[in-house]
Order: sequence, then C-alpha cells, then structure tokens
Amino acid sequence: MSKSKKKLLAWNELPIGGYITEPGNAREYRTGDWREGKKPVIKEDKCNNCLLCWIYCPEGAIEREEKGVKINYFYCKGCGICSRECPAKAIEMEEE
Amino acid sequence: MGKLVALTGNEAVAHAVKQCNPDVIAMYPITPQTQIVEELAQFYADGEIDAELIAAESEHSAMAACIGASLSGARVFTASASQGIALMFEMLFVASSFRLPIVMAVSNRALNSPLNIWNDMSDTMGVRDSGWIQIYNQNAQESYHTIMQAFKIAEDKNVQLPVMSCHDGFVVSHATEGVELLEQKDIDDFLPPRKMQFPISVEKPVTVGCVGVPEYYPEIKVQQEVATQNSLKVIKEVFDDFNNRFNTNYETVSSYQMEDAEVALLAIGSLAGTAQETVDKLRKSGKKVGLVKLRVFRPFPKDDLQGALKDIKVVGVIDRNISFGAMGGALSMEVRSALYELKNRPHVMGFPTGLGGRDTRIEHLEKVVEILLKAVREDKIEAVYRVVGCRGPGCINVTYDGG
Repeated sequence: MSKSKKKLLAWNELPIGGYITEPGNAREYRTGDWREGKKPVIKEDKCNNCLLCWIYCPEGAIEREEKGVKINYFYCKGCGICSRECPAKAIEMEEE
Repeated sequence: MGKLVALTGNEAVAHAVKQCNPDVIAMYPITPQTQIVEELAQFYADGEIDAELIAAESEHSAMAACIGASLSGARVFTASASQGIALMFEMLFVASSFRLPIVMAVSNRALNSPLNIWNDMSDTMGVRDSGWIQIYNQNAQESYHTIMQAFKIAEDKNVQLPVMSCHDGFVVSHATEGVELLEQKDIDDFLPPRKMQFPISVEKPVTVGCVGVPEYYPEIKVQQEVATQNSLKVIKEVFDDFNNRFNTNYETVSSYQMEDAEVALLAIGSLAGTAQETVDKLRKSGKKVGLVKLRVFRPFPKDDLQGALKDIKVVGVIDRNISFGAMGGALSMEVRSALYELKNRPHVMGFPTGLGGRDTRIEHLEKVVEILLKAVREDKIEAVYRVVGCRGPGCINVTYDGG
C-alpha cells in the first residue's frame, strides 16, 4: 500500500480508452477521503477481539493484528457499521 | 473490372461483409436491415464464411456481444435500425469508449410512435453523440464499398473507433441495383487482418470498463474526442487509397455544379441522387443551383464544408429528421454552426423531409430551390426551417398519388 499521491495523468498520457494496464491499482485509491467528518476509533480496553467488526466492514478496512484489530483509515469510508455492530460498544464514531 | 451483379442495398452490404472476412457477427433482425443478417446466415450455412454467428436475444445483447468479441481481437460486424439502435443506445457508448473497431450497417428507419417501418434518419441522427463514426451512402454500390472502408478506418491504429455505415431503409436497402463486386485478392490487399493494441494475455492483463472517477473521466473523454476529430484525416487517406485502387471518387464532402452556383442544396444519403436530378433539371432553365453532398457526418467535416459553401448566398439543407423543439433537423443545425465563422457566411435554411418514408420528389426540391432563390433576392430566409412533404400550415407539399 502506497500512501504517496501519484501524479494525475493528462489525456495524452493515458492508455487508450482509459484501459488500466497495471493490475490492482484500485489499491492506490484513497477511499478514506470519502469520510464525512467522523471516523471509527477502537477503545482497546473494551474490545474483546470477537472480530465481528472485521466480518461486517464492507470495505475490508479493518485489519487483524496479532492481538485485536486495527482500522485502516486510508480505505475506511466512515460508514459506522463496525461501531453499530460491535457487541462490546468498543468502537466509537469520533470527530476527525 | 469486377463482376457486375444485381443486388439490393442490403445484399450488397452482406457481400461486402463476407469479403472482409469477419470473425464474429452478432445478429438480431429488424426491418429494414434483416436481409443483411439473413444473407450472412445463408453464407454461413453454405460454408462461404468462416465466422462465429451469434443470434442474440436483443439489439442491446447483440452490441454487447460485439463489444466482447472485439475486445478479444476479432473483426466484428452487426447491423441494425430504428428501435434496434434505440435499444442498443447504452452499448453504443460503451463500444466507442472502449475504442473498439466494430462496424455496424444501418438501414435507416423512423422511430416509433406511430409505428413506422419506413425510412428517415431519426435513428442514427438520434445517436450522433454516441462516439461512432457515421458514413452515409447514396446507393447500393456505395454501401458495398463503405463496409471495406469502414473496417480499414475503424482498425487504423490512430483511430480505433466503431463505424456506422448508413443507407436509407427501403430506398437503398431493398432496391435492386447493379453492383460491381471487387475481386477478393484486391480487398485482401486493401484490408489486412486486424492488429490489436491490447491483445488479451495472461502475462500482460488489462482492465477494461473500470470506474472512471471524476479525477480521470474528463481526460478519458477528451482523449476520445481528439481521436474522433483526428479520424477525419485517416478517413480521407482511406478514401484516397480506395479511389486509387478501385477507380472511385469518394470524398467527405463532394460538390456538383457548384462553380457558378448562387444557391446550393445540401443532401445526405439517397436524397443526394434526387437533388442531383433536380439540379440538372433546373440548370436547363438557367437557374444557378448546385449540390453539395455530405458523406461523412461524424466526424463532422467542417473545413471541407466551409470550402464547398464559402461563395454561396443561400444553402438549403435537406434533413431526414426533426430535432423536436430545436431549429429543424440535426444536419441543418450543424451546417449552420459550421458556416458561422465564415466572413461572408451564407444563409442556411433547413428542410426536414421524407419523414417516415414519405417520398421526396424532384417537385418537392424544385419548390425548395424556389424558396432559396427568393431568399437570395431578399437577402433573408423566410424561416429557419420548413418541413417538406407534409400537409398543413407552414409545410411544403406537392400533391401526387400517395402524397
């Protein structure tokens, strides 16, 4: 995963028809920019590592760690599903 | 000289497609195009073409099949008309945006409602912004030649765009004419096998039809627009090459009796023939009238048109559709726009005619020329457009059996 912003290409620098010639470049798209003011924050003291947030996240933006989970804010769109589904109330939506 | 045979416009197209060695033909029947794919199916049944035939369940699917096949590197053909074009509207934009050299023959037909199977150009004029190159044919011989030119233009590495080759439904599609067929070896010399820009490959995969976010969509569309504008140069090169090989004289815009003309008729498709007869008749009585025939509508040959009409006082554009609520038909509006920057621009008046298969006769066009000559005397046109071949106030009508 690259966090550096790639140079945006001009029309005459793009492959014909907007074909994508580098497989998997959707990875470089920062969907985290879509969040509108609030982001989920994990309260580690409440988290019981049940992994329901990991299952429910529609973006795959919650990553498993050695112990517990971590939110990848590069991709997290801030939908809040993880916060709503967490049975331990360990994920809070906080102002950015 | 090749073999001279009696063929309808549609049969001529089918023969041309066969001689272009297509790999895939997607088919869905619709009047007045059906004969084209019927004939191709017959060639297939007789073992005369080595192509994959796909009998699709709709025109939308037929174009979708063309897109998939063309992406795989195949030379692809389909044919349609009217409601079929309307149904494949969505896929037409996909085909051009993917930059696929698909060739589609269209037998121009009016759009419902009321249900009408006869000729006008509401269908292809209605998809003029779909990114397809559009070439209009006057007769069966032109329709035959244009298929070969269309593949050559579409597959050029600097073009990579789909082409519609249009002829008027019934007037050309079902009328039998003498058509001179070209020798297979000459066509093979003219039209080499297709070369793909991005061959399908596991080693170098590409993604097609992905999301184009606002950060990239305009760039992709401008690239497409520039390619379409630039295709005019290739179209002219292909016409010149064809003319040299086969002793023809195809041009984007051609002039007839224009040297000393005061007024000009501008026509597209089969009505260029009627207009030419009208010019001949009126020239005998000393009227200074000429004809400009437009063969390529997309890309729009603005400079050629300016050259052909720069010394004319009044131009009457023979439209085959009405753009409802606008200023007549699509053709006259674009001609007016193309001439606007000329220093001594001519008056441009539109004459939508032949709607839904109504005959447009020499008598109609004589009346049109009368109106144009009156506009020369008065230095103004009486209206932005007047519909020709219709009863009622504001329209120009000529009484004849069935008129």
